[in-house]
Amino acid sequence: MEYIILIISAVFINNIVLAKFLGICPFIGVSNRVETAFGMTGAVMFVMVISAVATYLMQNFILVPLGITFMRTITFILVIAFLVQMVEIILKKVSPSLYQALGIFLPLITTNCIVLGVAVMSVDNDYNLLQSVVFSFANAAGFGLALILMAGIREQLELVNIPKGIDGVPIAFVVAGLLALAFMGFAGIV
Amino acid sequence: MNQWKNFTKGFFRESPTFALFLGMCPVLGVTTSASNGLGMGLATTFVLFMSNIVVSLIKSFIPDKVRIPAYIVLIASFVTIVELVMQAYVPDLFDSLGVFIPLIVVNCILLGRAEAFASKHDILSAGIDGLSMGLGFTLALIIIGCVREFLGSGSLFGLEIYPGNGILLFILPPGAFLALAYVIVIINRIRKV
Repeated sequence: MEYIILIISAVFINNIVLAKFLGICPFIGVSNRVETAFGMTGAVMFVMVISAVATYLMQNFILVPLGITFMRTITFILVIAFLVQMVEIILKKVSPSLYQALGIFLPLITTNCIVLGVAVMSVDNDYNLLQSVVFSFANAAGFGLALILMAGIREQLELVNIPKGIDGVPIAFVVAGLLALAFMGFAGIV
Repeated sequence: MNQWKNFTKGFFRESPTFALFLGMCPVLGVTTSASNGLGMGLATTFVLFMSNIVVSLIKSFIPDKVRIPAYIVLIASFVTIVELVMQAYVPDLFDSLGVFIPLIVVNCILLGRAEAFASKHDILSAGIDGLSMGLGFTLALIIIGCVREFLGSGSLFGLEIYPGNGILLFILPPGAFLALAYVIVIINRIRKV
C-alpha cells in the first residue's frame, strides 16, 4: 500500500514536471511528436531506475561511512554520466534495435535534471533501496505522462492558427500551465 | 572582441532565459518570490563566472575526448562550494531553494557556455561572458519572481504593495508557466520594435 501511495503521489499529485519543475528542457524540446516522446520516456525510465540503485549504494556504502556526504553532488553527477555512457555502449552491443529507438536520447539524459534531482530527493527523504527504486520509477512515469500528453496536444496545435507573437515556445508554456492546472485537480486523492 | 558588447549581450540580446531558452527549471521552480529569484541567480552567476574562468585557463591541457566530463567535475566542485557556503551563511534561503542548488550542476547554461564560449576564448572574455550570462539569468529570475510575487501575494521583495492575498494561482505551479509564457510574449514584442 505504501508503494502505491508513493507511485500515485509522484505521478499525479507531485508530478515531477508540472508541480516540481524538473526536466523542463526535454519537456519543451522533445514534445513535438508523440513517437519521440515515447522514446525519451523509455530512455529516462531505464537510466533512472539503474541510477537509483547506483546512487543509493554510493550514498550508503561510500559517502556516509567515510563521512564525506558533502561530496554528494560531484559523485552523483559522475555516477550518472558514467551510467549513461555505459548504458549506451551496452545497448549498442546487446540490443541494436533498442539502441536505434533510444540512442539519440541517451546523451541528453546526463544533463536532464530529473535524474540528479530524483537521486538527491531520495537521499533527502531517507528512502531505503526499494523505496528509492519505486520513487525513481514513478517519477520517470510521471515525466513520461506529462511529456506524452504535451506531445499529443502539440500535434493538434499544429493544425490551429496561433497569433504570431505567442507561437512557438510561449504557447508551449501556456499549454503546460493549463496541464499543470488540470493536474492540481488530483490533489487530495491520497 | 568589444568587451562592453560582450558584457551587455546576456541581459537582452542573448538572454539565456528569454532568447536561448536554457536552464528553464530554476526559472519556474524558485521564482515564487523576487528575493528567491535573486538568491538563485547570484548563486548561478558565481558558479558560471568561476567555471568559465577555470575552463578558459585549462583549455589547452584537457584532452579533447574527455572535455565534457572534465567540465562537469569542475562545475560540480564550484556548486559544492556554493552549497556549503549557503548552508552556513543563508540557511533560510538554502532551505527555500532546496533541490535546485545541487541542480545548478545540470543547468544547461553552465555546460553550454563552457563548451561554446569559454573553451575558445581568453580568460578576460570568458570571465566577462560568465558575468554577463549569469547576471542576465539573474535579471530574468527577478523579472519572473516580481511578476509572480506581485500578482500572487501582492508584495515585492517581501514588501507589501497592496493589501489582501492576490491571485493565489500565480504562486502555485500553473502560474509559473503562465507568467513565463506571457513575459516571453512581451519580450518578443519589444525585441521586434
